[in-house]
Amino acid sequence: MPYVVPKESFNGKVLSLDFGKGDKAVSIGGENTLPFLSFEGEVPNRPVIACEIQDCPPDDWPDTVRNVYKDVSGDPVTWARYCQDELKAKAIALRLVSTHPDRGDSPAEDAAKTIKDVLAAIDVPLIILGSNHMEKDADVLVAAAGAASGYNCIIGKAQEGNYKTIVAAALAHNHKLIAMSELDINLAKQLNILITQMGFDKEKLITDPMCSGLGYGLEYTYSVMERIRLAGLAQNDPTMQPPILGDVGMYVWKVKETVASESDVPDWGSLEERSIAWETITATSMLLAGTNLLIMRHPAAIGNVEKTIDELV
Amino acid sequence: MALTGVQIFKLLPKTNCKKCGFPTCLAFAMKLAQGGVELSACPDVSEEAKQSLGEASAPPIRAFTLGTGEKAVKIGGETVLFRHEKKFVNPCALAVNIKDDLGEEEIADIATEVANSEIDRVGQKLRVDAISIEYASNDSAKYEAVVKLAAEKAPEAAIILNCKDAAAAEAAVKAIAGRKPLIYCATGENAEAMANIAKANSVPLAACADGPEALSALTEKIKGLGVEDIVLDSGAKTAGEIIQHNTQIRRSALKKNFKPLGYPIINFVLRDDPVYEASIASVAIAKYSSIVVLSSIEKWKNVALFTLRQNLYTDPQVPMQVEQKVYDIGEATADSPLMITTNFSLTYFIVSGEIENSKVPSRLAVMDCEGLSVLTAWAAGKFTASKIAQFIKESGIESQVSHKELILPGQVAILSGSLEDKLEGWKVTVGPREANAIPTFLKGRAA
Repeated sequence: MPYVVPKESFNGKVLSLDFGKGDKAVSIGGENTLPFLSFEGEVPNRPVIACEIQDCPPDDWPDTVRNVYKDVSGDPVTWARYCQDELKAKAIALRLVSTHPDRGDSPAEDAAKTIKDVLAAIDVPLIILGSNHMEKDADVLVAAAGAASGYNCIIGKAQEGNYKTIVAAALAHNHKLIAMSELDINLAKQLNILITQMGFDKEKLITDPMCSGLGYGLEYTYSVMERIRLAGLAQNDPTMQPPILGDVGMYVWKVKETVASESDVPDWGSLEERSIAWETITATSMLLAGTNLLIMRHPAAIGNVEKTIDELV
Repeated sequence: MALTGVQIFKLLPKTNCKKCGFPTCLAFAMKLAQGGVELSACPDVSEEAKQSLGEASAPPIRAFTLGTGEKAVKIGGETVLFRHEKKFVNPCALAVNIKDDLGEEEIADIATEVANSEIDRVGQKLRVDAISIEYASNDSAKYEAVVKLAAEKAPEAAIILNCKDAAAAEAAVKAIAGRKPLIYCATGENAEAMANIAKANSVPLAACADGPEALSALTEKIKGLGVEDIVLDSGAKTAGEIIQHNTQIRRSALKKNFKPLGYPIINFVLRDDPVYEASIASVAIAKYSSIVVLSSIEKWKNVALFTLRQNLYTDPQVPMQVEQKVYDIGEATADSPLMITTNFSLTYFIVSGEIENSKVPSRLAVMDCEGLSVLTAWAAGKFTASKIAQFIKESGIESQVSHKELILPGQVAILSGSLEDKLEGWKVTVGPREANAIPTFLKGRAA
């Protein structure tokens, strides 16, 4: 029986999008096949990993990852420069944690100033993230979009409860936008439709179907992402074709496996390697499910995933 | 050509004898049509039926057992490309590769680590399943001795004889014939000799060639020599080759019913850096490998890879559940707050994780709601005031707390009044709607 390479061709295609400006701008998406199956389709862009920083010291990050940044994390500008210059980050994701009502409730104007300072200090692309507080993000991200006007950033996350003002701000200042829903393909689709109905171009949209850490619902994220990809490619559903975000770091660096010491749980071995492996494996799994853009924290985990991507593309 | 269940049914004895484990011949036929069971499970099937069903009834990816005894692992038998379609059936085996020239002590140590690798996660016992012993010494007497040593130190692990030298492989197979080792591997050069050894000793054989096409020719040859249980190695080494070859192999088997590639896959993911190796191993685990061979099995790596394997092989239609009981989180005492939630594993993980983050020692009562999340369980009538009251009373927690206050998930705030009526003497407090607000909530109370 002769062997025939079982190729599949899809009518749909993942939309491609660029962010940042100048020669440091990066592009993601654009493939017309399932992740990394370059024997049957085009995979023009490799996934991009953004290094996560925040606008206040990361007191709630576990030691393994907090210590890496202990000399730079007191100030977001220093921290951003460190990621760009020392870690050679291809993009930076700034999370405006201090704006959260429970984390200092700093005003939107402060966030805007932080963003301006960070943008002035780096030339790699910037992703600007709110604190995931529905009401506050609506204020903060509007101010952020204005502060970053002209920089072609990604801002987010717009959710069902607050998307209108955030979409309007992204539209006005020409940014890309993350639309986030909670682990449900139908909610993801619905939010993308609502946002495009406001006149926002689907080619500027990124879908975040919500990440989860290894062992903490990873399989749900994995399958929702695979289904989104299949809907976009096989069924050519245009609302399911934006690139996918995997916001890995924040879901990994809080689970017990990245916090518990070896003396607490001898069966789990070294905390340092375990926690780095936890972020690495979560991120690699997300890539296999269709993620185009990752947000990660530990440089060693980022290095491992970059090396894995080298092998995959 | 695949037959339908009804076509198969017509060829069965129709006695409904139940010897196959199914209640009726029709049920068996239906399962056979889906490839979920083999025809040989029917003891009374006629020769004629065997002939007609033969190839058609064989599952698209052959399933067989690696190793022997209670901890033998079943591999292959997969029926889908994506886990949301249907459960991935047989979790891949994880193996560690040892070179035979490593020194006896170190080999014994690694084999012992394999034997002691079992850990429990969400009620499942997970372990490193196999040891691959690589013929690096070029000394067949030494190889045989090392194989015996490893087999003895890891008495329940499956053994992979990583040896392309037919004479050395044969001696090693005979030395541990009772363990049903997998021979790795037959190549274009040694296929005939290896197939004869595998057949004579009734052990599975891996076939290794450069790419799926050459591999399919090799497996046809081996099968022609009488070996049924074959494992595939397409020579994939990089993560890209692993995902592309394995996808091609599984698609060929499932979508084209291409028998020469209808076997489980083995991938060697050996890398110098162990965390990096874990990343490549996750590509193999997610993308259709049935045996993933590693160069090291540190405890931290095991727990991470076991967890990934468990996550991806979970039945997407059956929620993972945790045991119903009152869990202590932190150094809980009689004064600690008592919260309640449902036994959906994800709910439990997230809620218990956030309680831990709060650093406020607490008790979490987890109630059996058939693995549904809080809101779904409430909507389905499984997380109601009377059922919660009954659970709290029967749990005996009342005698272990100094207070009678129960913190209810904010999503079901509506239950608080009726729950207070049904739980006499208790105060019911409405907690946060979302788990991520738990730390603030608990810290606020403690302050």
